[in-house]
Amino acid sequence: MERLVPTPSLGVIPERDSDKPLILDIHGLGIDFGGLHAVEDFTLLIGRTEIAGLIGPNGAGKTTVFNLITSVYQPTRGVILFDGYDTRGKRPDEVCRMGIARTFQNIRLFKDMSVLDNVLVGMHNHIPYSMLSAFLHLPSYHRKEKEARDKAMDLLGIFDMQNMAKWQAGSLPYGAQRRLEIVRALATEPKLLLLDEPAAGMNPAETAELMENIRSIRDRFGIAILLIEHDMSLVMGICEGIAVLNYGKIIAKGSPEQIKNNPTVIEAYLGKQEA
Amino acid sequence: MERIKKFHLGKTRREKLITFGLVLVFFGFIEILQATGNLSNLLKGQLVPICAYVVMALSLNLTVGILGELSLGHAGFVSIGAFTGIVIAQVLRPAIESNGLLLLIALAGGGIAAGLIGFLIGIPVLRLRGDYLAIVTLAFGEIIKSLINNLYIGLDSKGLHFSFINDNLRLLEDGKKILSGPLGANGLPRISSFIGGILLVLFTLYFLYRLLGSRLGRAILAMRDNAIAAESVGINITRYKLTAFTMSAFIAGMAGTLFALSFSSVNASKFNVDMSILILVFVVLGGLGNLRGSIIAAGLLTVLPELLRSLRDYRMLAYSVILIAIMLVTNNQILVHWWTQRKKDLKGLFTRLRKSKQGGEG
Repeated sequence: MERLVPTPSLGVIPERDSDKPLILDIHGLGIDFGGLHAVEDFTLLIGRTEIAGLIGPNGAGKTTVFNLITSVYQPTRGVILFDGYDTRGKRPDEVCRMGIARTFQNIRLFKDMSVLDNVLVGMHNHIPYSMLSAFLHLPSYHRKEKEARDKAMDLLGIFDMQNMAKWQAGSLPYGAQRRLEIVRALATEPKLLLLDEPAAGMNPAETAELMENIRSIRDRFGIAILLIEHDMSLVMGICEGIAVLNYGKIIAKGSPEQIKNNPTVIEAYLGKQEA
Repeated sequence: MERIKKFHLGKTRREKLITFGLVLVFFGFIEILQATGNLSNLLKGQLVPICAYVVMALSLNLTVGILGELSLGHAGFVSIGAFTGIVIAQVLRPAIESNGLLLLIALAGGGIAAGLIGFLIGIPVLRLRGDYLAIVTLAFGEIIKSLINNLYIGLDSKGLHFSFINDNLRLLEDGKKILSGPLGANGLPRISSFIGGILLVLFTLYFLYRLLGSRLGRAILAMRDNAIAAESVGINITRYKLTAFTMSAFIAGMAGTLFALSFSSVNASKFNVDMSILILVFVVLGGLGNLRGSIIAAGLLTVLPELLRSLRDYRMLAYSVILIAIMLVTNNQILVHWWTQRKKDLKGLFTRLRKSKQGGEG
């Protein structure tokens, strides 16, 4: 696969990432559903270890952008370069193996499986043993399975969920299900983590805790995180760069401070003031 | 908060041991009956078919219960295994003295042939979902039946001869027909034995449990649970569906070989939609994904028509009524709840008894 050179920086890349190649370089991205331009001329750059936010009113096309990045949809126009590689024409599972992991707005856990098994499924491509050793239970099977379980427990430890390892994923409380989805996504060893409304349904205390968790995940794994969120305290609190989407188009980009005071953004959220 | 529910696939070590134990106890029970001369001839003739049906049910459970895709053409794979096994057995019979070894080779050959066809059919078929998949597998099952119904195979000193639709095998003097179209295969060596059948059941159980305990099994279960999420964590859905489907066909093929070689004559019409549905009934009745359930259901429902023989003309009517009754009872939430409560009571009683006993001693 040919590695393409990212275009010169157009967005807000944190200082520390500025001399490194971009992790995500989306240029002129667009998708039509029938006659509707669901996403139009979408351009976004994300640095290696940046926490970026994608916000916008309901129906603006935020989740559609996630589905485009993860190849659930194929774009009508535009290019997505992930770590310098074109993702167009790839299947979602291939994109995941390239290093993009995601969570879902409407939680999609393996509900009938245990919490631990959910994480182990996430580690699927990083548990190297042959099917022969699995059928014969050769030493390599036991060793690799144990390593995987230890690592899964370690990941669950990010959210202090080790004691829930044996619970059925579907029986977890809502907030824990959201956290488990993040752990499962991390288990795929991503370079870019996409979080679709991670704080939805959480109370302010839980949201504050989640904020700390997201930051520590970035620091520990050295990855980039792009998140969709409606909770402005979270977005403004942790995002270094924010893009605002409305009717499928980016209407503003910048630091939290710039976004807060941007009149176009205020208008998109609150409507135009009557003269 | 609710602890994890007892996993219905019975993945815990204890659950697995109970299932293996069940098969061994059945084997021992039959052996004792046989030794004391209490085994009726009717049941004797059913022993190998019971094992074959159990294996068929287990293999279909992999597709329907564990993978979660409805297949109505399972008899097609059974049939491919059956006739491949017959050809292998007939060809190698003069060379191999031991019936056990001959059966083993025939089983392997039948399984591999069915697995290969399963793989080829799976490529186009598994693109479909739900009802569509069911209909297409039904069609493939019928195609396989018709093909074998028109196939003539003969063996002479020059080797194997094949012909299709018309019988023009042109065998030499020393030749004999192995398969003659709609008349099927006759004069088969009845090399399938009860112990061979039990060993195949145990092998299948071992195979499926080991599969479920591996990363591949986890991926398959995850796909059934939520395909979109499975894809999002890097699981190649098409590939693993095909793998599971092929494995299911492989096991069904072995069951077919075992089945066919327990009769002296077999024809392809035996492996029709009725058989596919019958296997599906075993799986649904035993519980989707429940391996022990499949074994019990297949065993009981194979013996049931024989037990009802005294009802003569009303036999199949009674069979159907019993089947409906079982389905209603096992799916009745009130009864199921009542049963789990009784089980809990019983458990509580035992722990109390144990405690009081310990207290008495202490």
